[in-house]
Amino acid sequence: MSTLPETARASATEPIRASATPATAPTAGVPVEAEEIAFDVRNFNMWYGPRQALIDVTIRIAARKVTAIIGPSGCGKSTFIRALNRMHDMTPGTRLEGSVKHFGEDLYGPGVEASVVRRHVGMVFQKSNPFPTMSIADNVLVGLRLNGVRDRAVLQARLEESLRMAALWDEVKDILNRPGTSLSGGQQQRLCIARSLAVQPETLLMDEPCSALDPIATAKIEELIQTLREQFTVVIVTHNMQQAARCSDRTAFFYLGRLVEFGDTRDIFTSPKNPQTEAYVSGRFG
Amino acid sequence: MVASPYLPAPRYARWRKWKSIAVTGALVACALAVIAPLFLVIFFLVARGYSSLDWNFFTQLPKPTGEIGGGMANAIVGTVTLLAMAAAIGVPIGVFGGIYLAEYGSDRANNWIRFAADVLNGVPSIVWGMVVYLFLVVPFKGFSAYAGGVALGLMMVPLVMRTTEEVLVLVPQSYREAALALGITRWKVIVVIVVRTALKGIATGVIVALARIAGETAPLLFTAFGNSFWSHNLKEPISALPLQIFAYAISAYDDWHRQAWAGALVLMALILALNITVRVLSRDRKIAP
Repeated sequence: MSTLPETARASATEPIRASATPATAPTAGVPVEAEEIAFDVRNFNMWYGPRQALIDVTIRIAARKVTAIIGPSGCGKSTFIRALNRMHDMTPGTRLEGSVKHFGEDLYGPGVEASVVRRHVGMVFQKSNPFPTMSIADNVLVGLRLNGVRDRAVLQARLEESLRMAALWDEVKDILNRPGTSLSGGQQQRLCIARSLAVQPETLLMDEPCSALDPIATAKIEELIQTLREQFTVVIVTHNMQQAARCSDRTAFFYLGRLVEFGDTRDIFTSPKNPQTEAYVSGRFG
Repeated sequence: MVASPYLPAPRYARWRKWKSIAVTGALVACALAVIAPLFLVIFFLVARGYSSLDWNFFTQLPKPTGEIGGGMANAIVGTVTLLAMAAAIGVPIGVFGGIYLAEYGSDRANNWIRFAADVLNGVPSIVWGMVVYLFLVVPFKGFSAYAGGVALGLMMVPLVMRTTEEVLVLVPQSYREAALALGITRWKVIVVIVVRTALKGIATGVIVALARIAGETAPLLFTAFGNSFWSHNLKEPISALPLQIFAYAISAYDDWHRQAWAGALVLMALILALNITVRVLSRDRKIAP
């Protein structure tokens, strides 16, 4: 059985003391309390070939909170969250600088394997993508199975637990052997969330998880995000500012590859400090 | 009566109608010309070969001319044996090569590999036979089933490789990303997610390649060579349907000619069956949700 998350959480307690020093990032408008930090990103730069996609991003994302990343298309928000679980490793021609720590562990440190990082930092994508060759149950359990979990009782328990956390259990408990692709769009997206939760990450990244869904399915996912934050750190990229306002605790506004403003969601939407943020959240551009 | 503005002027109407009929007719004729040879082949094979097809044909060895009975049992078994050996060589190399092209490798190297595979696809089959003759028949001092299997297997490699690559590239990137995001290592993602999603397509490519090589005669002429008896050992020459058809067809005897037609009918039926399998497999080939 997988004990990875437990050990990771244990080791993650150490850097909290270290991170209790006040944040010095000029962009951070977040009140600095002794709160646990999930992601500590410092002076992060990234390039796609010759084009710089992220410029000197420094941000501290709090644990067990929902952080929304907003900004116009091409501003680097997806690039940014994909850097948080090393999804860029697959893309040839990318180059990066700076550091990303997740509960104190350097994600890009020497010898750190991307696959291990991704077990701690899960990701849900814009378009739901259950594996077409697999049943609902297999979709949820594939991450565990391929990471070596064989114990049937553990798998069964994790299947139900994950589907319950993703608010999908009641809808699918009688059809677990049907193909994952037989579900509706919103259900498929919750299946993908369950699949990510099954490997017990500490953090869940969501890249516009609702942009392909109708309003009712969107509402369900948003409701789900509210329950997930009790146990997980959630970072959500969204194009929908109402969604950011509704379901996040903190909001970061990206523009042209830079983090322009970061703070409590209420402040960002009601009294932004930066005129660009103000223009964007009030709908004057973007 | 007021002419509708939507109708052509009457003097053009008839001319246009004739043009339409003429062009449609020409297209239908071309379409028929495409499929007519297939029906002609099947018609002649059945007409000439069916009468010689009996139980003996599938169970007996060839007999000298003039003797009643005799069949191609050894050639049928030989063809199946050669196909199995060819698949044992061509499928692993072709599939792994295709995986490399689709999932690994730099663009530059891949372009060269693809180019090489396309050139290999165009190599005349008799050249394959000569190459294998040089490397497997001459050194081991004898024709063998092994040499025939290798010749056919090498012909399969570029075919299987290209189709494998094509179907793997069709698997959406989002499945790879979703699997990687679960912390699954790359090779497991490729084997369990990508290849499994494309498995039907890969199987289709393998069967198409088998159908392609099943009827090959030239590469077998100086590798497997042919054999009028059962071969008990893969180091001996082995018979194959195309070889037996060739040997009988160029003979001077009417009863052997009839046997050749029957053999051709069986070979054609085998290839048709492989192609129908492909159709069935690819009927519900669905990769994207």
